[in-house]
Amino acid sequence: MNAACQRIMTQTSGIQIDSDGDTTHVTLSEGLTIRNITESREALARIPPSQHVTIDLGQVDRLDTAGAWLLTTFQKDRQDQGSQVRITNASVEAQSLLTTTADALPVREDVPASPTTLKSVLETVGKATSNGVGFILALTGFLGIFLSRLARAMRHPQDFRLTALVHHCQEVGLKAVPIVALMAFLIGVVLAFQGASQLRQFGAEVFVVDLIAISILRELGILLTSIIVAGRTASAFTAAIGSMKMREEIDAMRTLGLDPAMVLFVPRILALLLMLPILGLIANIAGLFGGALMAWIELGISPAMFQTRLVEGTDVNHVMVGLVKAPVFALLIGVVGCHAGMQVKSNAESLGRMTSSSVVTAIFAVIVADALFSIFFASLGI
Amino acid sequence: MTTDTVISVRGLRNQFGTHVVHQDLDLDVYRGEILGVVGGSGTGKSVLLRSITGLQKPTAGQIDVLGTNVLGADEDTRAALEARWGVMFQDGALFSSLTVRENVEVPMRAIDGLDPVIRRDLADLKISMVGLPYLAGDKYPSELSGGMRKRAGLARALALDPEIVFLDEPTAGLDPIGASAFDTLIRGLSRSLGLTVFLVTHDLDTLHAVCDRIAVLAEKRVLVTGTMQDMLKVEHPWVREYFHGPRARAALDASTDA
Repeated sequence: MNAACQRIMTQTSGIQIDSDGDTTHVTLSEGLTIRNITESREALARIPPSQHVTIDLGQVDRLDTAGAWLLTTFQKDRQDQGSQVRITNASVEAQSLLTTTADALPVREDVPASPTTLKSVLETVGKATSNGVGFILALTGFLGIFLSRLARAMRHPQDFRLTALVHHCQEVGLKAVPIVALMAFLIGVVLAFQGASQLRQFGAEVFVVDLIAISILRELGILLTSIIVAGRTASAFTAAIGSMKMREEIDAMRTLGLDPAMVLFVPRILALLLMLPILGLIANIAGLFGGALMAWIELGISPAMFQTRLVEGTDVNHVMVGLVKAPVFALLIGVVGCHAGMQVKSNAESLGRMTSSSVVTAIFAVIVADALFSIFFASLGI
Repeated sequence: MTTDTVISVRGLRNQFGTHVVHQDLDLDVYRGEILGVVGGSGTGKSVLLRSITGLQKPTAGQIDVLGTNVLGADEDTRAALEARWGVMFQDGALFSSLTVRENVEVPMRAIDGLDPVIRRDLADLKISMVGLPYLAGDKYPSELSGGMRKRAGLARALALDPEIVFLDEPTAGLDPIGASAFDTLIRGLSRSLGLTVFLVTHDLDTLHAVCDRIAVLAEKRVLVTGTMQDMLKVEHPWVREYFHGPRARAALDASTDA
């Protein structure tokens, strides 16, 4: 090194910077890579902009695109500010890398940010509302398609697929029996237990039978069964139909003259329509059984007494009120599940999104319908 | 060209149940070359790629990449090795929940002390290097066409300036214009960045336009390696059929015209 050189800084991670009048000499040793680029950039940024710079790459043993990017952007920035940057002693490979990088430097384009105004807020709300209305209309349309195909199946039984119906009855109904029965049994246990500890304060333990019977037969049995079936079956419908939609199987069906509604929707929704009342009945029985067992253990109400009290104190109307809701819930779950399946686009993300949204929509629809039924029956006085 | 061997496969055996895919497979890849691996369907081209990159544990054999034994390496050695290669999967295999730019940034996040602003700029540089427009960086993979997804996958594979890039069927599913643009891109990047490229393909045009050397997989091993000219002289029936078929002749004419 020239003794006249005034050394401002020495050796920051393989960078040596010497100032010589109005020119700064940068000597890089070791490598200039993505691993030391942050420090190297800071070191280069400390050189005053008025200085001309020469960068000596003679001792660099490794230069990657990150390093080349640093050198080319530094050179470009300083040249824009009016000072000269020369890169010297670059090897052939380094020079080719520098050229490639300089050619590829991205030109930044800014996307204009849309400001949040009252208009855009209103627009969002309006779009959401119209989408919601559109969704309900689409579901209604879907229900219409199902009913019209069902009517056609009655007129032309040869179009109807009995095997598919039996298969779906097994999937939707039989395979759901264990989980539905267990759930209802536990609900019965919980009701008896909670009811007992509250009613005992008034010496009205025996009314625990009415509590269990009315709440399970009228509401909980069918509602919780529907929620479980919505989680299990709506998602299965969406996933099955959605993956067929994704792989263009549905389009293939149409070109072969098969009606997807007839082949796919009718057996599924019909199976649900047949199975949900049965599942509801099973849930009722399991719930009463759980309640009776707990009442016996906790309150000493013998099964015989439970039976007498049940038959005397509970009107059969309660069972009817509960089970009459089942077909409506079944239609809601089936239509929502199949409709969501048909909305799947050709990518896997939309399949996952539609599956989870179909479960949420189906459960929500079941609960809304249950609330409407409650109001309806209350005003009828049943 | 130097004959520095960067990948060396010896006595590789891959077996699924009773089905033997590779038996006594030997292969060398030299620094700076573009090696095209071809073979009929089911000859285990992708299995070979997966074995070398450690995604699939072979039944027997030895694989050395950049002087490291892939199969016997401990986790730290493997991690260091993985930073020195990049893999582009068939459809890009981009993370669908991240934008293209964030995808390219993923490998860079492993580097300590890298300023996030620099990381973002470097990701933009890689995106531009593979020929994608600047605004593609903000898009999600599902919003891109197949060709753009492949380019974005290549940008992610190149994020850490690897020495070796593995490409699985880089031109499959692209239209001829897109495929030939991708060929040019691979060739250009390989030359300017000094990359070694291991390329699995079916595309005869790619073999002609891009590859320095070709390895043919058949009969459970690497049957023959050599340049395109060497391939035309091989007498093995499958190799003859492959390189002398009507499509091969069309591709050869196209490459000699160019």
